[in-house]
Amino acid sequence: MARLTGFLVMLVVASSLGVVASQHQARKLYAAVEREQQRSLQLEVEWGQLQLEQSTWAAHARIEKLAREKLAMRPPLPGQVIAIEERP
Amino acid sequence: MKKAKKGVTFNHNPLLRSELSAWRPRFVLLCLLGGSAALIGRAAYLQGVNDQFLQAKGESRYARVLDMPATRGKITDRQGDVLAVSSPVKSIWAIPEDARLNPSQTRQLAGLLEVPVQDINQKLGVDKDFVYLKRQVSPELADRIAALKLPGIHDQREYRRFYPGGDVMAHVLGFTGVDDKGQEGIELAFEAALAGKPGSRRVVKDRRGNVVEDVQSIRPPQDGREVALSIDNKIQYLAHAALKQAMTDHKAKAGGVVVIDAKTGEILALANAPTYNPNNRVKLTGEQLRNRALTDTYEPGSTMKPFTAALALDKGKVTANTIINCAPGRMTIGSATISDAHPHGALTVAQVIQKSSNIGAAKMALGFPPEVMWKMFDDLGFGSTLKLGFPGEVGGRLRPAKSWRPIEQATMSYGHGLSVNLMQMANAYQVFARDGDIVPLSLSRVDTPPVHGTRVFSPQTSREVRQMLEMVVQPGGTAQQANVPGYRVGGKTGTAMKLVGGRYANRYVASFVGIAPISDPRLIVAVMIDEPTNGKHYGGDVAAPIFAQVTGGALRTLGVAPDAPLKPLQVARQGAAAPVVVREAM
Repeated sequence: MARLTGFLVMLVVASSLGVVASQHQARKLYAAVEREQQRSLQLEVEWGQLQLEQSTWAAHARIEKLAREKLAMRPPLPGQVIAIEERP
Repeated sequence: MKKAKKGVTFNHNPLLRSELSAWRPRFVLLCLLGGSAALIGRAAYLQGVNDQFLQAKGESRYARVLDMPATRGKITDRQGDVLAVSSPVKSIWAIPEDARLNPSQTRQLAGLLEVPVQDINQKLGVDKDFVYLKRQVSPELADRIAALKLPGIHDQREYRRFYPGGDVMAHVLGFTGVDDKGQEGIELAFEAALAGKPGSRRVVKDRRGNVVEDVQSIRPPQDGREVALSIDNKIQYLAHAALKQAMTDHKAKAGGVVVIDAKTGEILALANAPTYNPNNRVKLTGEQLRNRALTDTYEPGSTMKPFTAALALDKGKVTANTIINCAPGRMTIGSATISDAHPHGALTVAQVIQKSSNIGAAKMALGFPPEVMWKMFDDLGFGSTLKLGFPGEVGGRLRPAKSWRPIEQATMSYGHGLSVNLMQMANAYQVFARDGDIVPLSLSRVDTPPVHGTRVFSPQTSREVRQMLEMVVQPGGTAQQANVPGYRVGGKTGTAMKLVGGRYANRYVASFVGIAPISDPRLIVAVMIDEPTNGKHYGGDVAAPIFAQVTGGALRTLGVAPDAPLKPLQVARQGAAAPVVVREAM
């Protein structure tokens, strides 16, 4: 009887230690998930900002100005256009 | 006294020897019992009956409900180019009572925020618990302010909307307020889709404020949807640039350009002038804010005549070659007289359109009962809004047919006595671009275009009027400046006097509505210039060149094959023996 009680007490102690360990593990993992989520949010914000930057650089008004002034480009005259026929 | 106290121990206390009545110890015992019974009762109550209260108190020491912000959806054009995006910014706020700053700290803060020192002092002097010092500053600036560690000064995360297109897209997109909610344009019209729903969750926090456990997600945050518009960034820019140029050239009060894809009913461009920069709305006036193409009506004038001709053709009253006598350029109906800007003699129906004769249009219209004409106008979408869901959209004025007098029916045939907005005009020209039917317009990208719309005219009528519209831009027509090299185009000019205080004044609205290419129409372009004051005021002189500029660029952008090859242009055929060398036009 006493031996059985001792054995059960040992089981209880072991399982409670297990609970503590797994709880700790869970919290550590959760902190990691949290960090990654923060990072994904951060990256999303950055993506938005980069898109914004790209649109600003690629604004048609800016492109046209640069093309005309810096590169001395101009729209083709009607006679300079070759149309390529699409084969059906 | 000291000595006496020392000498007496408890067992030898003289009080013990004194005769005390028997009830006194019992009374004390009863008090003690009663006390512990009360304590046990209270403990049982707290543990067993009213246990939620303490549990909640305990939980509040470590559990927190976190708000999870949702971002507002992006707006893109049809190719996915970003037109509006929300980015996090910080707002600097203060608790005036806590913010006891010395003068050098205030100067530092004012310098960083770029506001006068007095402003800061004034704001911190008020008797409130919360004041904004400056809203929507960049996160970097907020970090520098936080680094000063000023007492009572805090920051708060917010979102700000950025519009990389600036004034090019201003009227289409509208803008949001400081709270990131739509106030104008698409931002308001698509608010339900764009706005995100912030969520919240319950977590366990440790002593240092780190989240250690996610207890439950109360409501997951829902980010706003991305909205893809039907607008083509490039065509929009073309329209905006051409309109801006024309505004200066003609010293006009206002103007608008609308481009529609005739195959799908998508609105490819919607430009207005004057415009504004949505990223900086400090000196904004109502004039700049108006999206004229949708919210302002005007009397369309001669751009209405093709519909009158189409009705006459459709009902079999005339053919394109029926002769109508327009001499001597004046006609009296009842007590009123209508006239042509330039008197004409006998004209065919096609020439009435080509030369824009009011008399010709009126004579055709008077052959119909008012109800028939009203039905056509109604089918074309005049007099009611287009239901684009755009804020402030108006439907124009179309009076019920019963109240029409003959003179009014005559003037309506050439676009006076009824009012429309520019978008309705472009919408109605679908009947000529689409073989007689109309599909609903759309501001958002249409991936499965409707095949059949509401039929107004027969395909035969539509094709015949299209030929007439092409004559308008050819020699002898009113809009030779509308020609686009390489493409067959057609359209109709409009020059309408403006009603000022109930009378027609010497102010004009010059307009042009056209379709291109004529062989297989893809685009409808409508141009309207309000009060050109630089000498020219005819639609053919003012609006037609804008049409040519926008249409030429848009057709190239969309890769529409030229249907009117110019002489030097050569077609490189696949499988040809040698590539054709094109003469350089230097």
